[in-house]
Amino acid sequence: MTQVTRTIRVGSSNGLHARPAKLFAQAAKDAGIPITISKGSGGAVNAASILGVISLGAEKGDYVTLVADGDDAEAVVDALAELLTTDHDEN
Amino acid sequence: MSELRGVGIGLGVAQGPVARMAEPLPAPEDAPSSRTPDEELARVREAVAAVARELEERGSHAGGMAREVLEAQAMMAEDPTLDTEVSTRVNAGKTGEFAVHDAFATFRDTLAAMGGYLGERAADLDDVAQRVIARLRGLPAPGVPDPGHPFILVAKDLAPADTALLDLDKVLALVTSDGGPTSHTAILAREKSIVAVVGAVAATELRDGETVIVDAAKGVVTTQPSAEELSQAEHRAAARADAAAAPITPGALKDGTPIPLLANLGKPEGAAQAVELGAEGVGLFRTEFLFLSASQAPTVEEQKKSYTELLSAFPGKKVVVRALDAGADKPLAFLNDAHEENPALGLRGLRALRASEDILREQLTALAEADAATDADLWVMAPMVSTVEETDYFVTMAREYGIKTAGVMVEVPSSALLADRVLQIADFASIGTNDLTQYTLAADRLLGSVSSFQDPWHPAVLRLIKATGDGGKANGKPVGICGEAAADPLLAVVLVGLGATTLSMAPTALADVRASLLTYTRDDAERIAAAALAADDAASARAAAYAAADPAA
Repeated sequence: MTQVTRTIRVGSSNGLHARPAKLFAQAAKDAGIPITISKGSGGAVNAASILGVISLGAEKGDYVTLVADGDDAEAVVDALAELLTTDHDEN
Repeated sequence: MSELRGVGIGLGVAQGPVARMAEPLPAPEDAPSSRTPDEELARVREAVAAVARELEERGSHAGGMAREVLEAQAMMAEDPTLDTEVSTRVNAGKTGEFAVHDAFATFRDTLAAMGGYLGERAADLDDVAQRVIARLRGLPAPGVPDPGHPFILVAKDLAPADTALLDLDKVLALVTSDGGPTSHTAILAREKSIVAVVGAVAATELRDGETVIVDAAKGVVTTQPSAEELSQAEHRAAARADAAAAPITPGALKDGTPIPLLANLGKPEGAAQAVELGAEGVGLFRTEFLFLSASQAPTVEEQKKSYTELLSAFPGKKVVVRALDAGADKPLAFLNDAHEENPALGLRGLRALRASEDILREQLTALAEADAATDADLWVMAPMVSTVEETDYFVTMAREYGIKTAGVMVEVPSSALLADRVLQIADFASIGTNDLTQYTLAADRLLGSVSSFQDPWHPAVLRLIKATGDGGKANGKPVGICGEAAADPLLAVVLVGLGATTLSMAPTALADVRASLLTYTRDDAERIAAAALAADDAASARAAAYAAADPAA
């Protein structure tokens, strides 16, 4: 078991709500290992919980921290970080 | 008749019988469960899964944006955090219904407290909770009514699951008691051009089957309408349909008197759409966008680039640019960071520019340079001018920079009353009806409790507009209108009757106003204006104008 922690800045122009929150929570759920997300120095929530993710109220430019626990935690965090830094609200 | 007020979406009007959305289910009571916690949890999980599958299915039928929203709702139903919260409650002996209700309520309160966009997502969550509880009780999910004839849908607010499958051929208009201009109902109404009034608190009192008029332009729902009101509404709806289909011609009265129709723009990017909709120029270009996101004023170069982009879109045409209008509802820290008890009466508009004259001088420099580089006919005006002396100050300075046409906005009653003298100096005046109304009736336009005063039909406002029109005539100078009043098709005719020589509005309103002007001669316009001027209040001025306009139509 490896635990991976990474802090990332949110890239979506409308922050981590609506569509980006849904894509992120879906991906975290599909990963099948325990993952949490927290904003700044706030408490961590289950990353697979769309309600938890929305309630963070993370805006573009906010720092969020991912913690994943499992064999392929590194790859999972890579993929989730990619999702978080992409601007899904472009166009 | 009586009127319910809300926020209108668009300019349409519709009438018909009310059909109410089913009332939400009563909240489950906190009674001890007769089942074991495991049995309760199994019931909840079955219900949650069934609701999620149904939402996904609706999503795949609806497609597009609605699909995203419905899939997100399905995920909310099966949210693992929520499942934990529900488990905790059933393990404490609660019923599944109460556990779902209570657990969802915790999250909805968090979202609602965040306000804005997230606050409005609380309605999405409420809808999911209602569906799960209905399923647990073996009841049909609350949804859109089907009275078997076209209807005006009245609801607390519409959830995405409702709007996705709404049969738009049956829905004449939407009225909601909750929700604001960014609610799903408002978004749907804009996307599909449905007449809608949202946030009309008193809509909860509308009864199934009663006939109402929904007027989005005014943000009003009229109950127990008279036969006359119904026929006026029908006339307007028909005129709107005709106007949308009519060819684009230069703005003119029935007798051929030209009344140029101009666009209000807030960014250079809006120019293409305005031209497409037949704008003959720009009557109000707001320059605040350049400044609002900045902590300091933009450079002359940055400003020149934006102005050049704008002016290039209107070769040979008039473009009226307003100097930076900061203060009150648009505070700018670098211009005025003093705390003011009454910011609307404070250091704003030209007063603020005068206190930071460098910013005004740089703006005039950038405008003059952009003018020299393009072929548009640039006019520049100062915001919120309240004295003859301020007029002289601005016009003199604009001339110093080579601005050929310099004018003032008439938003303060003092300028309207002295328009004959203001227009001896200024090359033109442009009336901002929103601020003129707020200052005439001493009612803060941002304050909901006095919003009923904010009506440009008020005869006191109309008198001041006439005084300004007369001041223009006496000096042979043009007087434009650039407030929301110009977008009201009949009020536009009244404004022309009071002496307005051009009308400027949101580009989407151009077709309606163009069609309305073509219906009346100058004599008609003056007669209709006189009828409105003779009234005691805004409502009777409007009614008198409609009565005077009808025989001519």
